Amino acid sequence: MAETRFMTINMGPQHPATHGVLRIVLELDGEVIVKATPHIGHLHRGIEKLAESKTYHQSIPFTDRLDYTNAMGNNLAYVLAVEKLLGIEVPKRAQYLRVMMAELQRIAAHLIWLGTHVLDMGATTPIFYTFREREDILKIFEEVSGGRLTPTYMRIGGVSKDLPDGITEKIKEFVQAFPGHMKEYETLLTKNVIWMKRTKGVGIISKEDAISWGVTGPTLRGSGVKYDVRKAFPYSSYEEFDFEIPIGSVGDVYDRYNVRLREMEWSNSIAEQALERLPKGPIITSDPRIALPPKDMVLTDIASLIRQFKIASEGFQPPKGEVYASVEASKGELGFYIVSDGTNKPFRFRIRTPSFANVSALPRMIEGSLIADVVSTIGSIDIVLGEIDR
Amino acid sequence: MTETIIAVEKLKEKFPNSVLEVMTFRGEVTVTVSKGDIFEICKFLHSDPNLQFHLLTDLCGLDFFPQAPRFGVVYLLCSLKNNQRLRVKTRVGETESIPSVESIWKVANWYEREAYDLFGIRFENHPDLRRILLWDGYEGYPLRKDYPTEGPDFDKPFVPEV
Repeated sequence: MAETRFMTINMGPQHPATHGVLRIVLELDGEVIVKATPHIGHLHRGIEKLAESKTYHQSIPFTDRLDYTNAMGNNLAYVLAVEKLLGIEVPKRAQYLRVMMAELQRIAAHLIWLGTHVLDMGATTPIFYTFREREDILKIFEEVSGGRLTPTYMRIGGVSKDLPDGITEKIKEFVQAFPGHMKEYETLLTKNVIWMKRTKGVGIISKEDAISWGVTGPTLRGSGVKYDVRKAFPYSSYEEFDFEIPIGSVGDVYDRYNVRLREMEWSNSIAEQALERLPKGPIITSDPRIALPPKDMVLTDIASLIRQFKIASEGFQPPKGEVYASVEASKGELGFYIVSDGTNKPFRFRIRTPSFANVSALPRMIEGSLIADVVSTIGSIDIVLGEIDR
Repeated sequence: MTETIIAVEKLKEKFPNSVLEVMTFRGEVTVTVSKGDIFEICKFLHSDPNLQFHLLTDLCGLDFFPQAPRFGVVYLLCSLKNNQRLRVKTRVGETESIPSVESIWKVANWYEREAYDLFGIRFENHPDLRRILLWDGYEGYPLRKDYPTEGPDFDKPFVPEV
């Protein structure tokens, strides 16, 4: 009898279906995966180290570059952590603006996921549809914040700019048209036999396993666990919005697909609610230690000029202590754990990113399945290497 | 809030000598415990039917250089049943190691590798303790306070020997 050997193949880091620079070493018995070992770190930029030498304001742009498909959500998580550390209140209008932007960003992030995920599996049409809608959102972001991919919109204590003229009509137009677009995607996929055959019963992770592997976000909810930071630990006035948490039952790729599609509908609804009920008032805290003074004041008033200079160069000194604040980002629970030693720079700047934990569960999902299922499973947990490697 | 306090009370009852400090800051409860019992404490928090901290949200290292013991390890737990968070902290010396909690929460595997990679904290009984973000053969532990932000290899390309 001939000797049997496992074959080792290397998938990535330059592989279109690994969504970035993820490398997986697969040990194969024929076409069945015996062992999978993910290797990460190709995109490691040392953001945690770098942030320790920056003031609190200066770290906001780093957060855009974690999960670059969900920049608004990352901004929000970071500023929430610093605000918690400082113990300051954020004006209601700013909270609503944040919710609106975070939810639009969630839709944009899920649209990238949907387009690329199905593209990986050979369906080339949906990506053109999803990127069309994503473009509408990015145009809104550009008008609101000045940036498309990296808006850096949130500020400690509020947001950087109020809505420009005419943008509410555009947002309204988008949220009203989006349910119709959802139908277009669903017509192409949800009952598509090929799609169902590629996704049903693939990449299953049970409830218990998902929790033990620290999986969060739609991947956890696909396994039937009703855990969403927006409901469990509400932040930024999420308790005032009306929405539900969609969950799956089996925990396969199809369930995760369904959960994300339903989530997009709810995000659209939340954005609409935020726009309708947008309160009037200031967009940033009036605390002079934290918020920059208005530009016209800086140019006319010496005290404001000094304040602007002090904040920009020195920042502020939060009290000693440690806080953890998290948001439900598009991939799962994104949290910032900040330890302050009372100086103007963080003592420890820890980022708990959802994709890191989610991809650690990848071997659990793919071991024992076929090599073609690796592609659909990676797509379904929606990883972004920018936040895994930090 | 109340449930977290129950968790703290239970810990104090079960491990009277190990609970060193309980702190509440901005509504977050941090329990500092001694390193020796960390595995038993984690196991208890995970398995107690009234607490059920089944989700290890985060595990990370801290460097208190030049204090001794030098390192800290922080466990951020979440109970889905009670909808509560609890932070457990412990200190580890530079030459010491700390028991791995990988057998309680699978996700600790990667978190502990990361703490090892960036701080050089050693975890006992870890199934696969090797670098995770940096490459094998990297010298130094970047998140240590005595490691410069721009290290000696700054701007120099890394070319591994083949």
